[in-house]
Amino acid sequence: MPTKSHILVFGASSAICHELLKLYAAEGAKYFLVGRDAAKLAAVADDLVARGGTVSGTASYDFNQWQHHQACVTQARDSLGKFDIVIVAHGSLPDQAECETASAPVKACMDDNFTSAAIIIQACAQQLALQGQGTLAVVSSVAGDRGRKSNYAYGAAKAGIDALVQGLQGRFSGSAVRVVNIKPGMMVSPMTAHLKHGPIWSTPVAIAPGIYRAISSGRRVCYVPGYWRLIMLVIRVLPTGILAKLPI
Amino acid sequence: MEASWGCLPLTGPDRTIERDWRFEALPELMGNDTVLAYGRGRSYGDSCINSHGTQLSTRRLNRFIRFDAEHGILNCEAGLTLDEILQVIVPRGWFLPVVPGTRFVTLGGAIANDVHGKNHHHAGSFGCHVLSLNLLRSDGTRQICTPSENGQRFAATIGGLGLTGLITSATVRLIPITCDELVVEDLPFNCIEEFTALSRQSIDWEYTVSWVDTFSRKGQVGRGIFSRARHAQDKRALAPGRSRPALGVPFAPPVSFVNRWTVNCFNQAYFWAGSKKQGMRHTHYQPFFFPLDTIANWNRVYGKNGFYQYQCVVPPSGSEQAIQTLMRDIHRSGEASFLAVLKEFGDRQSPGMLTFPRPGLTLALDFPNRGEKTKRLLASFDEIVMSVGGAIYPAKDARMSAAMFASGYSGMQEFLPEVDPKFSSAFWRRVQ
Repeated sequence: MPTKSHILVFGASSAICHELLKLYAAEGAKYFLVGRDAAKLAAVADDLVARGGTVSGTASYDFNQWQHHQACVTQARDSLGKFDIVIVAHGSLPDQAECETASAPVKACMDDNFTSAAIIIQACAQQLALQGQGTLAVVSSVAGDRGRKSNYAYGAAKAGIDALVQGLQGRFSGSAVRVVNIKPGMMVSPMTAHLKHGPIWSTPVAIAPGIYRAISSGRRVCYVPGYWRLIMLVIRVLPTGILAKLPI
Repeated sequence: MEASWGCLPLTGPDRTIERDWRFEALPELMGNDTVLAYGRGRSYGDSCINSHGTQLSTRRLNRFIRFDAEHGILNCEAGLTLDEILQVIVPRGWFLPVVPGTRFVTLGGAIANDVHGKNHHHAGSFGCHVLSLNLLRSDGTRQICTPSENGQRFAATIGGLGLTGLITSATVRLIPITCDELVVEDLPFNCIEEFTALSRQSIDWEYTVSWVDTFSRKGQVGRGIFSRARHAQDKRALAPGRSRPALGVPFAPPVSFVNRWTVNCFNQAYFWAGSKKQGMRHTHYQPFFFPLDTIANWNRVYGKNGFYQYQCVVPPSGSEQAIQTLMRDIHRSGEASFLAVLKEFGDRQSPGMLTFPRPGLTLALDFPNRGEKTKRLLASFDEIVMSVGGAIYPAKDARMSAAMFASGYSGMQEFLPEVDPKFSSAFWRRVQ
């Protein structure tokens, strides 16, 4: 890992992402930050600069404007010169009940969590392929491991990301490009502020070092906190009949 | 969840709302609802609690805005803890001008309580180093307050207990350091007179503080260890130290671990250890400034009923006598106090209207909560403090009367017009 990483970030103002980026700031990382809200992005950029990082540029736009993604990646490459790390961390949590009764929330969920991410990942992967090296870290979710009645719309979108990442890992196997799939469990963050928090919930501050290590070592799948690997193992092997009866 | 540090059985807020961004508007308040900022809950009593009201958690307002590492000027959001700040500024050769006994307070809390540190006799209180602050009022207006711009509101907000609006960010002047260590000297003393003499001799030491044994046998009342320190001038490491405590108290035991026997044992051992390590030594800044931060949730040792902290200041004339009377009364009461801390404040005036530090001696003590008995004891201390024209520190208080507050804070009348009508706290409703 070069000490002064060049990092491109989509969803830079998300709580998890910001905590992760702070860890690189002390090493003098150089960032290009992309987000949906210019004011939030500016607040994050100022913070990272004060912590010792450099922000070579920022871009804010509606991620559903899919034509912008390629141009944004090109702009970032021109600004940073190269990407050592690309982090794709944007997303939104839909209301499952709404997704069951209306179409718009389902579309928004797929757009926010799958379609935009897939296009961004494709554009970034292409750039990393040209460079011949670099790490692409995608923040998906434990929700994608198995469809569950409490959040299958979100889970379906994240499962799509999983398939995409697995494919890319195959494509880049044997090369110096690494693709890391980060699967956070339930997090106390602005995205989940409306939900009731329980004992297995964690915080962005607590999981950021685990993500940092996974990116440094190029691990293919990283559950954070680690105990989610075990929880999801159990959930994946549960017979469908039993899973359906559980309130999850 | 949103309790205060003393773990006292206080009524919490009806709701807590997280602030995510400094440019967000305040939440809508229904009817007579009031609001109060809540940082890390390090105030001991009810000054950080808005019982039955709304609390705004500021823990996510933890972003730096601008750090001028050339001139040592730091602008950041109010929810950053002093630890988070030190982690960033120490490696670049800067230090906070004033630090209290824990690094886990927020910047907003340090301003709202106008906290003081071991260098009060040199640097004054935290508010003396605040260059500007941004305030969000309940009418939606945002004000930049500095000593010259909105000066009255600035002075009201320094030590204003969060009642003048939500502090969203502030700018502070830092002090340069060349090393993360301090040169420390510990000196034992046997009575208050010896303490005062040491305090006078140590005037050119940046940091001074004393631990006093309020619980020793007759004739030893007022013995203690006087510590003085200054930043080491060597060009050595600039390591910020650990961010997380090494140890922790996992839960509150059903009964307090703090009683006359444990305190007596602790005090004997502490005095003995302190007397042994006389002479100068180098130490990292963390154990010197924040000894208790090594143990997460140390406040739980007082058991599920919690504890009261009592911190008073008595003016210089007759201060020795007042402190001696207090210590005799504590000794007589048999109520244990683990942490009796004694310090002489200097005369640097804070801009804050309701600031606590003022010239004289300050004494801080902990008492396990034994209900009315403890309250009566502390009320009797109030009488002694009031009779000599002293004051009680609101950040540590959960019980002082309106009369006691009024007697200690003459800036109250000037402060009242600056209070935001929608901001309140359990403490404020009690002392008004």
